[in-house]
Order: sequence, then C-alpha cells, then structure tokens
Amino acid sequence: MASAARRLAVLTGGRRIDLTMVIAWTIGALVLVLVLVGSYQTLVAGRYTAGQWFDFIVFGLAQGGIYALIALGYTMVYGVLRMINFAHGEVFMSGAFSAFFLADALARRGFLESRPIISLLALLAFAALVSMTIAVILERIAYRPLRGAPRLVPLITAVGASFFLQYTFRGLFGSGVRVYPTVPLLEGTILGIQIKLIVVFLGALATLGILWAFLTFTRTGLAIRAVAEDMEAAALMGVDVNRAISSTFAVGGAMAGVAGVLYALVFAQVQFFMGFLPGIKAFTSAVLGGIGNLPGAALGGLVLGLVESVGPSLFLDGLGIPAAHQLKDAIAFTILVLILIFRPTGILGERLGSRV
Amino acid sequence: MRRALVFGLIGGFAAWHLSLVGLIEAFAGRRLIGQGVTFSYVLLLALMLTVGYLVGRRISNWTGLLGAALAGLLVGLALWVLALLVATVDLRTVFVAASPALPDILTFNRGTGAVGLAVLLLVGAAVGFLGGGLTWLPATGRRAVLTALAIAVLVGLLRDVLSPIFPAPVMGFLFTPTGGLSLPGTATVLALALAVPIARQVLANRASSHRGSLSVRALQRRRVAARVIGVVFLASFPLWAGLFLSNVSDFVGLYILMGLGLNLVLGFAGLLDLGYVAFFAIGAYSMAVLTSPELGHFTLGFWEALPIAVAMTVVSGILIGLPVLRMRGDYLAITTLGFGEIVRLLVLSDWLKPHLGGAQGVTRIARPELGPFVIDRPQEYYYLILIGCGLAWFLSVRLRDSRIGRAWMAIREDEDVAQAMGINRVTAKLLAFATGAAMGGLSGALFASLVNSVIPQSFSLLVSINVVALLVLGGIGSLPGVVVGALALVGLPELLREFQEYRLLVYGVVLVAMMIFRPAGLWPEETRVRELEEAAEEGKTRAPAEVAAVTQDGA
Repeated sequence: MASAARRLAVLTGGRRIDLTMVIAWTIGALVLVLVLVGSYQTLVAGRYTAGQWFDFIVFGLAQGGIYALIALGYTMVYGVLRMINFAHGEVFMSGAFSAFFLADALARRGFLESRPIISLLALLAFAALVSMTIAVILERIAYRPLRGAPRLVPLITAVGASFFLQYTFRGLFGSGVRVYPTVPLLEGTILGIQIKLIVVFLGALATLGILWAFLTFTRTGLAIRAVAEDMEAAALMGVDVNRAISSTFAVGGAMAGVAGVLYALVFAQVQFFMGFLPGIKAFTSAVLGGIGNLPGAALGGLVLGLVESVGPSLFLDGLGIPAAHQLKDAIAFTILVLILIFRPTGILGERLGSRV
Repeated sequence: MRRALVFGLIGGFAAWHLSLVGLIEAFAGRRLIGQGVTFSYVLLLALMLTVGYLVGRRISNWTGLLGAALAGLLVGLALWVLALLVATVDLRTVFVAASPALPDILTFNRGTGAVGLAVLLLVGAAVGFLGGGLTWLPATGRRAVLTALAIAVLVGLLRDVLSPIFPAPVMGFLFTPTGGLSLPGTATVLALALAVPIARQVLANRASSHRGSLSVRALQRRRVAARVIGVVFLASFPLWAGLFLSNVSDFVGLYILMGLGLNLVLGFAGLLDLGYVAFFAIGAYSMAVLTSPELGHFTLGFWEALPIAVAMTVVSGILIGLPVLRMRGDYLAITTLGFGEIVRLLVLSDWLKPHLGGAQGVTRIARPELGPFVIDRPQEYYYLILIGCGLAWFLSVRLRDSRIGRAWMAIREDEDVAQAMGINRVTAKLLAFATGAAMGGLSGALFASLVNSVIPQSFSLLVSINVVALLVLGGIGSLPGVVVGALALVGLPELLREFQEYRLLVYGVVLVAMMIFRPAGLWPEETRVRELEEAAEEGKTRAPAEVAAVTQDGA
C-alpha cells in the first residue's frame, strides 16, 4: 500500500495523494457517469414533452426560492456564530403552522376572497413575527449560555431544541395534517404557469431584496455584518454583540416565517414534522452556495430546487429506476454529501480551511 | 423582587405549556397517593417548588423566601387564568389539548370560581415558600429530601410494574386497591428513601474517621461482592420479572448495545454521527434478507446469518467512514444524518422492493436455535442481548485502555495535534466507525430476529436521536452512563404508557438542559469532566467581551 502510494505520488509530481482522496474521486466519477448515462437515455427515449420539462423547471424555481429563504437563516447564523442552527427547520415550521390559524380565520370570514392581497400580507407578517420570536427565544435559551463551549455542545442543544419545538407544536395543535385554505386569487394559470408558483417565486425574490437592503443600509445590518466579520473587533468598536446576534436570529427567523407561508401556498398543508426536510434541504442549499455567503445561499437554493425537481425524471428514470420521484429526497442528501466531500466551500464560498 | 416576578412569569409560562401540550391531562389518570393525588398535581407542584427554589437560591435572606412565595403564587395565578380561559372559551379548534376536563385538573377540582383561585394562590405561595426554604437546608440534606421525594413519585408511578415482582401482602400494604400509594405506604417509602442515604453517610463518616481499619483487601472483597450481586441480578432478571419487564429490558438492552457502539464513535473519537440508525438498519435488513424465506434470496439460519450481518455493517461502516474522514464537527453530523436518511429512503423505495420488501417490510425472520431448543420468547432473547451487551462492554473497555483508544481520545481533543504526534488519522477513524457500526449492526440483527419482522418505519432518524440523547444524558464517553441513559430514556417511557406521546418533547428538554446545566452527564467519565472545566476556563479567558456581557446580564 505504502509503495503504491509513493508511486502515485511520483506520478502526480510529488503531490501527496491519500487513499481517501482516491476513493472519494472514484465515487464522484461514478455518480457523474450515472447521471450522464441516465440523462442521455431519458432524452433519447423522449419520455417527457417540452411542456412537462417546463413545468418541472417552474416548480423547481418556486421550490428553490423557498429553500433560498430558509437557507439564508442558516448561512447568516453560521456567518456570525460559526455554528449550524439545526433547529432552523422548526422555526420555519412554526411560522407556517401558526399562520394556518390566521389563514383559516380569514378564509372563514371571506377575507381571503374579498381582500386577498391584504390577507396574504397579513399572513406573511404574522408568520414572520412568530418565527422571529421563536428564533430569538431559541438563541437566548439554547445557544447563548453555551457560546464558549466546545463545538459539539451547541449542536446537541440545537437537536434538542428542534425536537422540543416539533413536539410542542404536535402537543398544542395535534399531530394531524391541517389543510391550508386556498386563495382564489392565486388559482389558475398565466401562460401555462400556475399563478401561485409565480407569486411564490416573486415573493421569495422580493424578500431576498428586502434582506439585502436591510443588511446594506441599516445600522443593525451593519452591526450584523461587523460581527460576522470579526466578533471581538466589533465588540471593541462598540457594537453590542449580543444584540447583533439576536437580530441575526430575528432576521433569519422572519425569513423562515415568510418561507413557511410560501411553502404552505404551494403544498396547501401544514404538519408538525414539515420543518425537517425543508430544513435539511435549505442547509444543503446553504452549503451548496458556500456557507456564510448570502448570495451563495440564494443561488444554492435555486439550484437545489431545480435539481430536485428535474433530477428524478432526468437521470433516475433513464437508469430504469421505477417510481423515481420517491428518491427525490435521496438526491438532495446525495448532493449534500458530495459537496461536503469535494467542495466544502460551495459554489461561491471562500476557503474555510480546517473549519470544515 | 424583580427576579421573583421574572421567575414567576417563566414558571407560569411553563405551566401553560405543560397544560396546553396535554401533558397535565395525560397524567391525570395516574394516581400516585391514594385516590386524590395524581401525577398531574405532582408536576404542577414540582413546578411551583422549582420556581421557589430558583428564586430562593438567588436571594439568600428573608426577602428571598418572600420572593419564592410570590413566584409560586404567580404560577398559581397563571394556572387559574388558564383554567378560566379554557372553561369559558372553546379553544379546541386551535389547541387540541384544551379539553373541558382541563380546568378541573388545573384547579385541583375546586372550580374556576373564587374558591379555586384562593386554593391555587395559597398552594402556589406555600409550595413556592417551601421551595425557597429548601435553599436553607445544607446541600446533603437537601439532596436527600429531593431524592426521597423523587423515589416516592417513581414508586407510585411504577405500581403496575412492581406488582408482579413483590408478593401480594407487600403490594397491599404499599398501595391502595385502586389508587396509588397508601398513606402508610407513602410514609414507608419516604422513610426508607431518606434512611438509606443517611445511614450510608453515617457509615462512610465512621469509616473515614479511622481510615486505616478498612484495608485494601476489604475494599476488594466488597467490590467482588458487589459484582457477584450484580451478575446474579442480571442473570436471574427474566425469571422473576415477568413478560412485560423482560420485553422492556430487551429494548433497553438493544439501545445499550447501540449506545456502546455510538460511544466508541462519539464518546471516544469525538465524531458526532447523527446517522447511526443506518448501521442498525443494515444489520436488521441483512438478517432479514439472509434468513427470511419471503424474499427467496437466501434461507440461512440465525447463527449463519449473524456474523454475515455484522460483517456487512462493518463494511458499510468503513464505506460511510471513508468519504467523511476529512470532515469535522457539525459537517460530519449533517453528512452522517444524510447517509442515514439515504439508507431509509432506499429501503422504502419501490426500486429496491424486490430485494428489501419496500414499505411493507420483511417478515418471518429466523429465530436462533440451540440444538432442539428455539429461542423465541422475550425472556430468552434477554440472555442473547445480555451476552451481546457484555461483549460490547468488554470490547469498549479493552479498546478504551488500548493504544487505539488513546489515539481516538487524542483525535477527540485535537485532530491536528494528534496527527502531528504520529497518529494515523485514517486508520483510527475508520476503526472507530467500523467497530461502532459492528455493535449497531449486532443490535439491529438481534432486533430483527426479536420482533420477527423489519419495516422501514423502525429505522427513522428518531433512533439516532434516541441514541445520541441517551449518551448525552448518561455522560458522553462514559460506559456506565450508557446504561443509565438507556434505562432513563428508553426504559422509563416504555413503563409509562401515557409518556410515549411526550417522549421526544422530554428528550428535547433533556438534551438542552443537560448541555447547559450538567454537560458531563449523570454518570460522567472523569477525563471528560476535566476537559469541560478546562474549556469553560479557556472560554472565559478568551472572550473578555462576552464575559462582560454575561456579567451584565447577571447583574
């Protein structure tokens, strides 16, 4: 083994290659070949029409917009505290779930039909407020007391907080699926695209814009950026670090709440466990774009949404796998694993060195 | 006084949370003492007591006691307000647990009128005052009192479990026929629970006063005796414990096995694996595929399939370990979580259905045979699992004290330094993954054979979280801690039926609370304690700004 490695080192001009790299690259190459072969076969077989592909892409973009919003929460917290807020998916869920009751009340009184835009804005604001509150409390209770602790410790409390939130919602509001009322304005299609998907995508983009403006032009935004750059230096410059961190969680939470309502508009249902998968996928998006990098998170979300929506039909069908949509989530996880192995800095990320 | 208000409000909020989540009502049927005192009451009283205690601890004079009473009173007030709210407004469309029965439970059956209010306020103030008074006791006395109360509650809770073990006259004395503990029973349990630690304390004091008299040999003899008692207890357990308890202990044993496996990875080598369930699943499915005639691939016997199943998990442990070798901390956690989910999704998919059974799972898995004798009752599986646990324990101890164990711990402390000191990171980490996986696989294979079937639902993320939680509770890296954690987090919920619903809620609280208040766990490993203390010291010296902020908060 050792001599083989030495011979390899000679071949590569003296650069050290360890066994793990060789195996990792083999796996990567294998996945790439499978994807290419699958795509080729699907396209040659002509299983789907252009219209169907178009639908996949539109749906993927809408979904990706939602992922992007959640991913920003992960990436902002990571940028400031260098930790993964594992409970962020539950923050998203709490916004969507709480807004359900408002939506239900509005629908019963007919507001959702007569004043749809005001109702929708009210829903978004309410969900953002709830998620924001929960995110701030979460930080205060589960993360702040442990800020100096070893890295594993806040991760474990995050897992704990995540389960606490899930099962609190389950206890409070029941374990069943609640069906979101439909908004009549958003039903129907324009140019063959479902209106609600357009609204969700544009809503996500608008929220991203607001976040960008907030971070760039307000004093709080400046404080957040300063703390993300260097916590100690920011503290020395008179930035209230605790407040900046709280506002990071608040902003991230609000975005997750907005994402929750958008998600509910697309899928029309809420449930206490709904935060888990979008949470993981948004984290994947954040990693995909380069964690700690805001445009990266947005980009990563869109890319992941697209791949997830197009992928099963594109390359899994071609490989002859029946019911490929069942493996949609597996694709997301595989992407996550592959990125972490090959390019942990993500598409737009800077070098993180040994942090990864 | 401001502190008392704050704690009172937090307590009130917690009381609302407990009630609206449904915990209080779920336990209303558990009678602890006589007919009247249910576990719900105990929970509410414990809340008031805690609030009072916390206030009393901060302010150590007479105002502290007053504050404690005030805080307890506030909790009582919060309960009354909630009861009134639930009684007058129908909240059930939103809060499913806000049933019409709830107000009665919250006001101790005194109604939501003035009487109920007065009772709640009085009880709250009195219990809060007592809680504050607890801070005046010396630490050992306080611990003894609290432990005795906890034991009494536990005995009351476990009535159904205890009844097959103890002879009828004892049970008749301790318990009332339909309710919980009888009054003399309560007194006896409390007295015993108080007397035993006090007696031990006295004996220990006497022993230490003339230390020389207790020779090394006597100590050794005592340890041997303790071991013999332990072995006899474990070996005879299913003989007297009955079917139900054996079943529960089987599951506890399977989790101990998994806990020991994850302990190698997380506790010794410091690699947080959130997808540990993958190995459990691979072990179980290997057993299923190899032995079940349903799929028709193989029909091996249990004993032939077991080593193959374990070998499969070892291989998969290495396969999963290889790509994640260079990752650290939270990235590793998320990646392994991803692997765990991938395994579950693959098993669930239609694609692999012909080979793995799909959503319906696989049944008719082989039972172990010993000559003409077939092991098929939980009492018999108990011994199999016990042997597995013993083996895993032995392996863990030997590995911990071996060269590779030291290497793992060095990696846990600081990977770069460990590598610089000449530790082969690749082999060390892979060995940790492989041995950890083997134990998880063994557990999975035994599980598959025990329940005679595998379905994908049994291998969700929750299993991984369970195992991590039990390690955290017992103390990461500590072997006895695994047992303590498994008993508390797997055993207790199995014994308390109503508890099942709220199990994960409690896990969440346990994980957060343990990390904040007792990061070393209930039965910590010694080096771990030192390490955490050092980390805390370091954190203090490193970030002066933060310390300043914290002290400001505290003032």
